[in-house]
Amino acid sequence: MEEIKLTIDGREVTAQSGQTVFQAAAAAGIHIPALCFHEQLEPYGGCRVCSVEVVTGSRSKVVASCVYPASNGLVVNTNTEKIRHIRKVLIELLLTKAPASKPIRDLAEEYGADAARFSHDASFCVLCGLCVRYCTEVKKANALCFISRGTQREVTFVPEIASRECEKCQQCFDICPTNFIRANFEMAKALTFGTEE
Amino acid sequence: MPRLNTPAELETLRKKLVKNQSASRPCITVCCGTGCRALGSVKLVDAFRAELAKQGLESSVDIKETGCHGFCEKGSVVVIYPQNICYFHVKPEDAADVVAKTIKTGELVDHLLYKDPASGEKLVYHQDIPFYKYQERTVLGDNEHINPQNIEDYIQRGGYSALVKALFQMTPESVLEEVDTANLRGRGGDGFPAGKKWRTTRDAPDPVKYVLVNCDEGDPGAFMDRSIMEGNPHCVLEGLAIGAFAVGAKEGYIYVRAEYPLAVENLYAAIRQAEEYGLLGKNILGSGFDFIVKVHEGAGAFVSGESSALMTAIEGRVGEPRPKYIRTAIKGLWDKPSNLNNVETWANVPHIINKGAEWFRSIGTEGSKGTKIFALVGKVNNTGLVEVPMGTTLRDIIFKIGGGLRDGKKIKAVQTGGPSGGCIPENLLDSPVDYDVLSKLGSMVGSGGLIIMDEETCMVDIARYFINFLSDESCGKCLPCREGLRQLVEILTRITEGKGTMADMDTLEDLSGVMSEACLCALGQQAPNPLLTTLKYFRHEYIDHIKNKHCEAGVCKALLTFYIDPDKCKACMICARNCPTDAIKGGKGLIHTIEQDKCIKCGACLDTCPAKFYAVRKISGIPIPDNVPSEPIPLNRKAE
Ligand code: SF4
Ligand code: SF4
Ligand code: SF4
Ligand code: FES
Ligand code: FES
Repeated sequence: MEEIKLTIDGREVTAQSGQTVFQAAAAAGIHIPALCFHEQLEPYGGCRVCSVEVVTGSRSKVVASCVYPASNGLVVNTNTEKIRHIRKVLIELLLTKAPASKPIRDLAEEYGADAARFSHDASFCVLCGLCVRYCTEVKKANALCFISRGTQREVTFVPEIASRECEKCQQCFDICPTNFIRANFEMAKALTFGTEE
Repeated sequence: MPRLNTPAELETLRKKLVKNQSASRPCITVCCGTGCRALGSVKLVDAFRAELAKQGLESSVDIKETGCHGFCEKGSVVVIYPQNICYFHVKPEDAADVVAKTIKTGELVDHLLYKDPASGEKLVYHQDIPFYKYQERTVLGDNEHINPQNIEDYIQRGGYSALVKALFQMTPESVLEEVDTANLRGRGGDGFPAGKKWRTTRDAPDPVKYVLVNCDEGDPGAFMDRSIMEGNPHCVLEGLAIGAFAVGAKEGYIYVRAEYPLAVENLYAAIRQAEEYGLLGKNILGSGFDFIVKVHEGAGAFVSGESSALMTAIEGRVGEPRPKYIRTAIKGLWDKPSNLNNVETWANVPHIINKGAEWFRSIGTEGSKGTKIFALVGKVNNTGLVEVPMGTTLRDIIFKIGGGLRDGKKIKAVQTGGPSGGCIPENLLDSPVDYDVLSKLGSMVGSGGLIIMDEETCMVDIARYFINFLSDESCGKCLPCREGLRQLVEILTRITEGKGTMADMDTLEDLSGVMSEACLCALGQQAPNPLLTTLKYFRHEYIDHIKNKHCEAGVCKALLTFYIDPDKCKACMICARNCPTDAIKGGKGLIHTIEQDKCIKCGACLDTCPAKFYAVRKISGIPIPDNVPSEPIPLNRKAE
């Protein structure tokens, strides 16, 4: 690991090569909000709440800091007006799905997000993928997966595996930001697990 | 055929093939591309064969099955050499006539000739037909001469000579240099310079590298990649082999959508033959260069066109974009440096190597070189695949090659670049097709789709249509694309139903801005284009829908009203019989009326009311005139 230097919000920050911008910022005590990020998991880049601006010359682009690699000389702004606005809109979209979620409501408060102008489609799951990834990467049980694509995308239990593994594990319940996975599990149990005693 | 071991052997074969084909020998070529096949061209070939046999000509006349000529709507397309006579809409029943007349005596079969829609004049020769005449068919031009299942056709026309040149007269560096200097930009969507991409792959430290062909073509209206792959697969293989040599790859993958069965079939045949002839595989033509090509048949999804999604799919996982900000040129397929270009880009490579970068640079504009194939569709007279130099104006493509609009309608807009391209209004049609110009206009060259829209197109409805298409194609991984598109569809639907507000316009713009910045991949980032361009160029239509509940094109059903003009109605009862919901009241001698509550605005009454009466009216945004009765009234009372 080699030491690198980058500038985050005007401050020179030291990081290790191989770290992401998000990690480099966190190490320097700079807070970037995140939803689909989890320390034990591979970065996913799904929620985009951790978006920051990366500046090269006169151009800047918006990137997801949880997946963007930190590099020597990189200039990053985590809290510009544009970034705050992007986050606000993203959080509003999250609110349309899971209006009661504590972590999402906290974010909404921090960014003054209000989803009144959007139509609501409370399906509770925000498809952050934490549960699926935790089950796959940490537990290596593969009891959860995504099905369908686009607006039809859903998280679902794989009945054959879930009926065997999940009752005794339930670890993903605690990392789900919306509590949906718990409800989903009860539902799946009732509907598809069968009742072999 | 024994394997060719040296460039000299290839050249000897080519000379022999040229010699065997005397220039004056008649040849009937029949397009057997997907379009013409659907219209029975395979049967047509059989009919020609049978007819030649019957008339004792089978040994003196050749028949050739070729790939798509681009003018598919006029299929089956037949060209007769050496004269270059073009016949369109040819059916198996016509074979006898063509052989008896044209082949035997040189007489033309009049009803198969091209008729100019404007002048009504009949045109005979390929070079005179405007659809072909104004094109510059560098890449597509060989399609009408080659049987894609026969490698010798390609070799005879100089095929694989560019590979020979690269392997024996050039170094990987000089090949790369040539493509770089030519400034060949990706034909698949992004317009990224191919030379730069190749260099990144070549310079990546990992010694195992791949070259890849994207033949996914998720854009529903576009089929240029399919037509090249079906009609001239060897030019793609040759380009790919040259690219592999330049970047240092020994293996190539072709991702082709399984919905293109003919492309898949011809591609497999081409790879097999190229291997047999020693033009692919180990020690190509004795050069010491090894290169093999594998095919991946994928289930097409719009997002698979995105490079990392495509590579994920080849690896056998779900085609989903990867989040990493490491370019696939450095870490792609199986984490190895991988250079991905689409079919049309690869097909340009042999031409650049053969004719040189300077030749390529002499075509096109400052920033966009060479030719580009467009799929011209929509309300134009001539639809099909057209190849033109970059820099040709949209107007020339639509009016010179496309022959103008159908039924003498006025043009309103052209959508360029596929579903995530933008809509360009009539007053900007003199813009040249050029990567940078189109992107300044809020659109793009993209895949090369050109959809022509006439005055009967509602631009709000069009935006809704494309956004809805994209929301079905989104992979759903990232929040702004998945949920953003969902909201955009809802708002646009609301506006087309007359339930929108002015605040909705701000929301559309706001959300679009966030999506183009924050989405994970190009699908989501570009998805707002059709919306943003219509908001920009056709803003009045949005406002009209919102404020006046008026759809000027008469498309948005919720804003339409049908009524029957009491002064015109002749009480013929035709409309009433055709109304699917029995919404029309009336009877013999009674002026008919429409019960608005029952009317579903299908337009059947308008279409079926005899033209000489012309009694049904379609209005939007204005009330039904006062003189229209609400219940049927006797005819004579009004007729006086
Ligand atoms: S169930 Fe919970 S953890 Fe799983 S994707 Fe949905 S919101 Fe995320
Ligand atoms: S932008 Fe759309 S298609 Fe691309 S990753 Fe996000 S959800 Fe998938
Ligand atoms: S528009 Fe259709 S439903 Fe309405 S009156 Fe005419 S035919 Fe009947
Ligand atoms: S936390 Fe980075 S994209 Fe979700
Ligand atoms: S398929 Fe025959 S012209 Fe296109």
